[in-house]
Amino acid sequence: MLRFSAGSRPNRPFEGDIPLATESVHAVVRTSEPPRLHPAARFRELLGVRQTLGDLVRKELKIRYKSSILGMAWSMLNPLLYMAVFSLVFGIILPNPIPHFPVYILSGLLAWNLFSTSLNVGARSVVDNQNLVTKVYFPREILPLSSVGTAIVDGGLQTLVLLLFMLFFRSYHPGINWLLLPPAIAVLLTFTAALGMFISALNVRYRDTQYLLTIVLLIWFWVTPIVYPSAKLVNRHVFGLPVEKVFMLNPIADVVFAFQRVFYGVVQPPGQPQPILLPVSVGELAALLAAALVGSLVLLYVAWRTYFLMSGDFAEEL
Amino acid sequence: MATSINAEHVGKFFRRYREKPTSLKERIIRFRLTSEQFWALRDVSFEVSQGETLGLLGPNGSGKTTMLKIIAGILRPNEGQVTTTGRIASLLALGAGFHRELTGRENVYLNASMLGLSRAEITARFPEIVEFAELSEFIDNQVKFYSDGMYVRLGFAVAVHVDPAILLVDEVLAVGDIGFQQKCLAKIQEFQREGRTIVFVTHSPELVLRVCDRVVLLSHGEKVGEGNPRDTVRDFRSLMHREQLAYGWDQGNRDIEIVSAEIFGSGGEAREWFAPGDGLVIQVDLKAHRPTPDPVVSFAIHDEENRKVFETNSDWRGVTWPVFEGKHRVQFHVRSLPFIDGRYFVTLAVHSRDARTVYHLHEQHYSFDVVRGPENPGLVWIPVECRTEPL
Repeated sequence: MLRFSAGSRPNRPFEGDIPLATESVHAVVRTSEPPRLHPAARFRELLGVRQTLGDLVRKELKIRYKSSILGMAWSMLNPLLYMAVFSLVFGIILPNPIPHFPVYILSGLLAWNLFSTSLNVGARSVVDNQNLVTKVYFPREILPLSSVGTAIVDGGLQTLVLLLFMLFFRSYHPGINWLLLPPAIAVLLTFTAALGMFISALNVRYRDTQYLLTIVLLIWFWVTPIVYPSAKLVNRHVFGLPVEKVFMLNPIADVVFAFQRVFYGVVQPPGQPQPILLPVSVGELAALLAAALVGSLVLLYVAWRTYFLMSGDFAEEL
Repeated sequence: MATSINAEHVGKFFRRYREKPTSLKERIIRFRLTSEQFWALRDVSFEVSQGETLGLLGPNGSGKTTMLKIIAGILRPNEGQVTTTGRIASLLALGAGFHRELTGRENVYLNASMLGLSRAEITARFPEIVEFAELSEFIDNQVKFYSDGMYVRLGFAVAVHVDPAILLVDEVLAVGDIGFQQKCLAKIQEFQREGRTIVFVTHSPELVLRVCDRVVLLSHGEKVGEGNPRDTVRDFRSLMHREQLAYGWDQGNRDIEIVSAEIFGSGGEAREWFAPGDGLVIQVDLKAHRPTPDPVVSFAIHDEENRKVFETNSDWRGVTWPVFEGKHRVQFHVRSLPFIDGRYFVTLAVHSRDARTVYHLHEQHYSFDVVRGPENPGLVWIPVECRTEPL
């Protein structure tokens, strides 16, 4: 078991003194018992290394942009290209009824990109940092978490792109729908962190997890209403099941519903015969997010425990 | 004295899979796994007091690095427990996590942060780190343009500046040039003076004698000795010799057989060890099973790192047998040993002149020790006479 007293990584101000073995320094015991996660204590420990987490995110970003000409612009280019391709397909080849299509698609992509980038990078986070894991002790959770951190920075840049388009189409809809944003972000981050930890740990043992992930994410993208109107889900049945209810079980779809409600704003734009967004009230969406948050938190706990248990053996598996 | 590290009955096994599935696909296809456990460490206990320098000495594969990783918290023991007090820095981590695309400066911040320093602490120590690494000109260059030596220097500089109570050192002094090695040793000695605890993993008896207060000797994952450096190093050398014997070759077609061989002092006396400059005799008794034309008797001396330091043979020394029949005794008189310290291994062979046919070979079957005295610093023994006369 690895149990670390909260003070094991001292955040002592530099005074030039030497922290020798005195009563003020806690003893650290490493035994053979399997590690048990004590979330509160472990969370405090993670708080203690938040600076290291920040450094890892910064490292990840620097490396990504260092040898590229466009640098940070890549982060914004990615959603733009997606948008351009889908605008082409759904504007010309398969005409669709969504006005201000770029705003619609970018609001869904914002959530989706954060999710999928975190998982794609996160899956490799432990394996890629092999030389760290086999040689330095640190709370292993910060590896997948740093991938989420990197994706958040990306998301920030993509938000700028989205805001530009909102400005261009003058499609800004203030109101209580904006209250959905914080819970939606909470669900997104919780769910992403949970899956990220689980997948990165699995990928240490089975390296094809990351390839499998690519396929799963491709399917997941299309069962999330990002490029087609969410309202299309209503009153449809597959195997006797209402499609919209089934989609609501997908936390990322819930987040996308909320993001669209916040950024796209109107359920049925004027002049449209059909609604575009899911025709439910903000209250119902809030309830949906609350349920998703509870589910994600449970998942996070389970994934964290699993990760914590498996991380004790990472150095051997690599 | 406070205990800094307390290892109690530590055991660690690794699984060896005959074919370990590394993909989900394989895992699903072959559900039952065949694996065997092997213990890298078993029932190892020791204590290190605060301010003490402990050496973990052992041949390759003896489990010493595994022990170090358990102390560092990188590996989890399967048995027993380890208690440590105070911040640990390990030189296992030399440059670990350095990223090629980042500059030296960025890597110092990242590395030191991983080792537990806060941003303010790193900034305060940064000039010292750069100066120690001798990299002030290159600190803003990407690490991918560094030489191996520069890389290691920077790694070492960060590790020793994280202000640890316990420093774990793993064979790092084998890299870098002599000047930097001296500097590292000086830093380690400074740590000793400051009362920090050091655990030193090495297979070099030389370093153990120079640096350690006490030594734990490991072999095949078990503690086989513990005590002062001098005695433990002697145990280590005989251990190495025994292990080598187990692998030593004894081959040849036995047309001429090495019946027995002995090493003794130049006066014919049995010796437990030699001092630098002593003479020694290697004596071989040979028996021909059939008359053999023009054989050559050779001997070679290898040092502990298995480097051949010397070789000669009967032919080069002016002894030949047109036809070798019956029994002969061959003696090589070494007038003066040039070695200063260490265990040396002797290979004996009888072979044809072109060395294509080996009649009998004893590969490193024999050994002798040379023990340095206080008046023999340096690397080799040079016989020097000192004279003086009134002017």
